[in-house]
Amino acid sequence: MSDVLDRPQAGACDEQVFVTLTVADQLCGIPVLCVRDILGEQVITRIPLAPQEVAGSLNLRGRIVTAVDLRRRLRLPAAPPGTPRMFVVTEQGGELYALLVDQVAEVMSLKADAFEPSPPTLPPEWSRFSAGVYRLDGKLLAVLDVGRLLALSAGG
Amino acid sequence: MDDLLADFLTETSESLAELDVALVKLERTPDDSNTLSLIFRLVHTIKGTCGFLGLPRLERVAHAAENVLGKVRDGSLPAVPDTISIVLTALDRVKLILTGLSATGAEPGGDDAALIAELGAVAAGRPAPAPAPATVSAVPAAVQAAPEPVAAVPAAPLAAPRTNAVPPAPEPPAEPPADAVAGPQTIRVTVDVLEDLMTLVSELVLTRNQLLQLARNRDGTDFAVPLQRLSHITSDLQEGVMKTRMQPIGNAWNKLPRIVRDLSHDMGKKIELVMLGAETELDRQVLELIKDPLIHMVRNSADHGLEATADRRAAGKPEAGRISLNAFHEGGHIIIEVSDDGRGLPVDRIRAKVLANGLATEAELATLTDAQIQRFIFRAGFSTATTVTAVSGRGVGMDVVKTNIEKIGGSIDLKSEPGRGTAFTIKIPLTLAIISALIVESAGERFAIPQISVVELVRANRRADGTNPVIERINDTPVLRLRDRLLPLVNLNDLLALGAAARETDGAYIVVAQIGASMLGIVVDRVFDTEEIVVKPVAPILRHITMFSGNTILGDGSVIMILDPNGIARATGIGASGESKAVSTAAGSAQSADRTAMLLFRSGSTQPMAVPLGLVARLEDFRREAVETSCGAPVTQYRGRLMPLVPMSGRVDSAAPTQPVLVFVDGDRAMGLMVDEIVDVIEDRLHIEMSTARPGMLGTAVIGGRATDVIDTGYWLEQAWKDWFHDKPKQAGARPRRVLVVEDSDFFRQLIVPSLGAAGYEVSGAASAAEALRLRDAGESFDAIVSDICMPDMDGNAFARTVRASGAWAKLPMIALSARAEQQDVDAGRDAGFTDYVAKFQREALLASLQQCLAEPVAA
Repeated sequence: MSDVLDRPQAGACDEQVFVTLTVADQLCGIPVLCVRDILGEQVITRIPLAPQEVAGSLNLRGRIVTAVDLRRRLRLPAAPPGTPRMFVVTEQGGELYALLVDQVAEVMSLKADAFEPSPPTLPPEWSRFSAGVYRLDGKLLAVLDVGRLLALSAGG
Repeated sequence: MDDLLADFLTETSESLAELDVALVKLERTPDDSNTLSLIFRLVHTIKGTCGFLGLPRLERVAHAAENVLGKVRDGSLPAVPDTISIVLTALDRVKLILTGLSATGAEPGGDDAALIAELGAVAAGRPAPAPAPATVSAVPAAVQAAPEPVAAVPAAPLAAPRTNAVPPAPEPPAEPPADAVAGPQTIRVTVDVLEDLMTLVSELVLTRNQLLQLARNRDGTDFAVPLQRLSHITSDLQEGVMKTRMQPIGNAWNKLPRIVRDLSHDMGKKIELVMLGAETELDRQVLELIKDPLIHMVRNSADHGLEATADRRAAGKPEAGRISLNAFHEGGHIIIEVSDDGRGLPVDRIRAKVLANGLATEAELATLTDAQIQRFIFRAGFSTATTVTAVSGRGVGMDVVKTNIEKIGGSIDLKSEPGRGTAFTIKIPLTLAIISALIVESAGERFAIPQISVVELVRANRRADGTNPVIERINDTPVLRLRDRLLPLVNLNDLLALGAAARETDGAYIVVAQIGASMLGIVVDRVFDTEEIVVKPVAPILRHITMFSGNTILGDGSVIMILDPNGIARATGIGASGESKAVSTAAGSAQSADRTAMLLFRSGSTQPMAVPLGLVARLEDFRREAVETSCGAPVTQYRGRLMPLVPMSGRVDSAAPTQPVLVFVDGDRAMGLMVDEIVDVIEDRLHIEMSTARPGMLGTAVIGGRATDVIDTGYWLEQAWKDWFHDKPKQAGARPRRVLVVEDSDFFRQLIVPSLGAAGYEVSGAASAAEALRLRDAGESFDAIVSDICMPDMDGNAFARTVRASGAWAKLPMIALSARAEQQDVDAGRDAGFTDYVAKFQREALLASLQQCLAEPVAA
């Protein structure tokens, strides 16, 4: 499902709906149909020996969800203590994953033709995980590729 | 693909499996008319349905086979092996066509003219040409010989149809129209429905656990009774759903008769397959996982294990080699034995291959028993087949089998006798989904360990306190002396890099886990209780972490990881082919009577010196700065106290940056012997040849081929604490108890006698049982006797029997002191009349035992 929607077709005149979120002051968007749940602060169990991007696991209504720390995944600096955090839950291959972010904001509907490829000013990690950007007034919204974010091999 | 076709594929697959078994049976008993009817009926049905569904190619092949079978049924054609072969070949062709059909929805193109002509020839009574070779039988062979891990191979084209319906319960399918007697009713259910049911029930179990936990915390509400009822119903439901997943292991075995028959034809050997316990049930999931390993092992037996017919005759064995499969339940597990009566595993060839592949050195192999060498076949990259046949022997076999079995929490072992045969024993838990697990905690994090792997829990201390076992270190490996064995330990904290500082508190809990044939102790901080947990596989991105076999949600809602003892053992190198090296050396010394583990070191000269390893508490290497001075004598701070250091060579070498020290501990006293260099640990006989009057030395012995000075430990201990052996004041007025020590080794006698003396006993020594008996006959009396077992002339057990038989000492407490502490030795000692049995280097244990036996507190 995420393959179909995370790359808005260039030139199509329709709109794409995104859930927007912030991580380390960068505004990002995830296609709304990829998002199963949004959670507030959760108790996470650490997983020893896991890759460092894996923050741990949590219990969501009886299902075990693996939490992936987006800051670590995007090689952003760690959050200062006391920073609030939220989780965006998504599903892939029958498994549930929760992306750990700072804040989840509104759901936005954006015109497909406003979509641009990532500008070179964005750090290289972004081009790995981001399909492109939208220019909103004064801010850049990076569209995240959930499939790539979750493609954690043993080597990270 | 439409439903009709899907159903046809499923039904026909089942029929083909049945046909395989039935045809082999017919070959053995050609007059069995029931089997013949069954076969004919099945093929007839297949042919009929093909025509109805418009599958011409299939129809032609089935029709040709039906003709042959018709003639057999009429009696105009005998059911000879060649005829059976050609029919089997036709069925293989049908399987091939079905595979193509299920993949694409249409019959694959292909020409069966040759096969049909052959079938026609046979039906007309002309001799059948050689059965169609490689092309068709290559299908199953190629499928098995592919170098993929055995479990990855879809067992046969039959696995293709996705909706693999659960075959009906053990009784034959209620198809035959003629005997439409009301057999047990069955119903077809897709596997998906059952999986969903299982998941729901698991969730129900978890929620029930949660509710029970909550209810435990508040007593006497109205919820308690209905909750109890709900709990029972949930348990029953769980059991019921589990039952639906249970299948008889015969389902995994049903391919074997055909495979064995083909093998026996291909290789010209006569093979008999015996299957016992085919109705033993196990979880469907587990069944899938062991199907291929079992087939692999049977092929191995047929190919490598069983000798050629001529060889068997020459060896006086029955011509037909026998491969047996035996399955039964035992305590929460299913045991499957695969054995053959062939030539057994060739130890010499295995040894050669191990050396050739660099899996071990000559020296290492020399210390292993035959059984241990045979176990090398479970190592990766191993194969002794000199010719890699298509059947087996590609070197990916047994290690993959072992890994797959261990992945599901099972174990595999082997026993083999040259010329007699080989037997593999597989032990697998009955179900994977819900297991009992022990919850433990380390560094504030909780983990679950499957109860099946847990042998016992031991509370141990890091420092000796006389009651609990002590965690000791041998060459840096922490070990625990547990009754008669040395148990290697692994600290969960370190293993999982949990980051908590090593706790120096005294107590620790050790979970003794069983891994295959060996045991491992896992050190944790706390132990909670055992709970039933639902095993959920870890996310794919975490699958590479071998320490965990899954994760689960506890009754309080928290997520915890489930440890895999097999993964832990692999990570720490324990249990690879027995025990880790450091431990097996030391363990070896405890088991052989003559050989003692000696620690070799150097001090003051290049001449090596030795001390029995068992007397040494720890080996340490202090930084130069840590060696301080107090009143002119060197000391160091050790474990929160000042420990005196004694320089062996008389002076402290302040040049080297570190100072190796042998630490001796007795109760709350510790002393460090400073040496120049710690060299090695060697196991050898301790026979002191040249005694000497040099203080601090007992004499010289040949150890490891070199003349080595053996130190007088007692002397050095007294250098540190002048009153090491005299610290305990005798109780005024109490008559000291008299103890006789019977021990042929001067060294040990010289150590035990002053040691017991220090504890307040009046000790006499006798160098042999004969001398001791002389003392008895001379009228000497004692309160207790401590005796070695292994002595020349009269051994300890004989001595005990003599004493107990008659004479003044017959009722005295007798304690056996021996380096041998196997259960049979302990039993033999008890039978001979010993009151207790203590391992040789355990001063604490000896004192405790004496105390108990004399039943009166002595000043100690």
